[in-house]
Amino acid sequence: MTVTDTRGPIAPGLAPKKRWLTATVREVTIETPRVRSLVLDVPGWPGHRAGQHVDVRLTAPDGYQAQRSYSIASAPAANTITLTVEMLPDGEVSSYLAGEVQVGDKFELRGPIGGYFVWTPELEGPVFLVAGGSGIVPLMAILRERAAKGALLGAMQPARLIYSSRTYEDIIYRAELEQLAGPGTGLAVVHTLTRGTPAGWTGLARRIDAMMLAEAGIPPDQMPRIFICGPTPLVETVAFTLRELGHSLKLIKTERFGPTGK
Amino acid sequence: MSEPPISRGFQGRGNAARSARVPPGQHLVEDFPVLSAGPTPPVDLANWQLSLDDGETPLAQWSWAQFMALPQTDLTVDIHCVTTWSKLDTRWRGVSIDTLLEAAGLSEPPQPYVLAHCDGGYTTNVPAEDLLDGKAMIAWEYDGDALHPEHGGPARLLVPHLYFWKSAKWVQKLQFVDPEIPGFWEENGYHIYGDPWREQRYDGD
Repeated sequence: MTVTDTRGPIAPGLAPKKRWLTATVREVTIETPRVRSLVLDVPGWPGHRAGQHVDVRLTAPDGYQAQRSYSIASAPAANTITLTVEMLPDGEVSSYLAGEVQVGDKFELRGPIGGYFVWTPELEGPVFLVAGGSGIVPLMAILRERAAKGALLGAMQPARLIYSSRTYEDIIYRAELEQLAGPGTGLAVVHTLTRGTPAGWTGLARRIDAMMLAEAGIPPDQMPRIFICGPTPLVETVAFTLRELGHSLKLIKTERFGPTGK
Repeated sequence: MSEPPISRGFQGRGNAARSARVPPGQHLVEDFPVLSAGPTPPVDLANWQLSLDDGETPLAQWSWAQFMALPQTDLTVDIHCVTTWSKLDTRWRGVSIDTLLEAAGLSEPPQPYVLAHCDGGYTTNVPAEDLLDGKAMIAWEYDGDALHPEHGGPARLLVPHLYFWKSAKWVQKLQFVDPEIPGFWEENGYHIYGDPWREQRYDGD
């Protein structure tokens, strides 16, 4: 059974407290040298909307706890979610989730959180996604949901993903993205690599710029819904450039992560 | 309430490293992460304006030059983002809300709640009393430099005792209202008040 929380925001002050739920690791997938996906069994998980996140809380044997927020990678479903976590330098929680964790390990999570950076299949208009590095994670939830539900709602709206990775090996979900963008899906995926390309690479190899967004993106007159997620400098540049290209501010949603570099 | 499950193999930094100044569920960072719902608006000081309104009635407006001519206040405070990072001893300079009210000829807030409006359409709500007695300011300088646009420059609301989404970037107007009007994140699942020491992160907390 699949339960999707497609309700709009509940009037503030009327929602029940979000409880901490116990998550058990069912499956660990190595996505890249620094990134792992964890499929979690979470009894009581109510489902979510694509783009939302969760708070994760780890408890050490001495009772010490550490808490962080992570985007949900999976399409909405009851009692399970998938997180994809990148190991950060000195990352107290990410080094556990993307390193130490094994099948059967347990931790807590709470959510779903965030009612803004979300996409549901009922939304009209093409979808234009721009990701940098592990910023692909909430956008992958959108693409997975689009593939799972979009067809049920009639003609699939066109979708485009421009995805910037450091190297070919750093591309998260490479095979699945290729599959999702197959013939007749309406999805096109454009990769760009910023720190070196493998032999024979014929794709883009530079930071995302205005020309790339204009040529590989969905043009402003088609009024695409735009979701941008990645490190702050990428998000700032892309959002600013898309405005310059004529996209409406109202259709641009952003999610940033990482330090500012200042 | 049952005991939380132990996460096998997790040590973490340990309780000894925790500071009494860090609220529950938070951790310290040295850098200054950026979180905003939309694009960063371009800075335009020539057309910048800060307004105080009572409902739909304008009370006072300041141009950038007029705002900079008001008495300035320095604040060194700890800040706490709902995404779980905290940063200690951040240094800010700006105009306290007390000073703004005085400059507008008001001895007290005309309504008990404030809805802050920002360039780009962002809003957030705060009880008026949480902005008084030196607790809040319109900040334009951070750590000795003009506030960077990514962090809300030219000026942002600073309400450091609440989660940092209340410290609205690119603020343009403080509107006094009654009853309280939920702002952007408050309409999108986050807590109406947002006290980090009571861990009021989300609606229902």
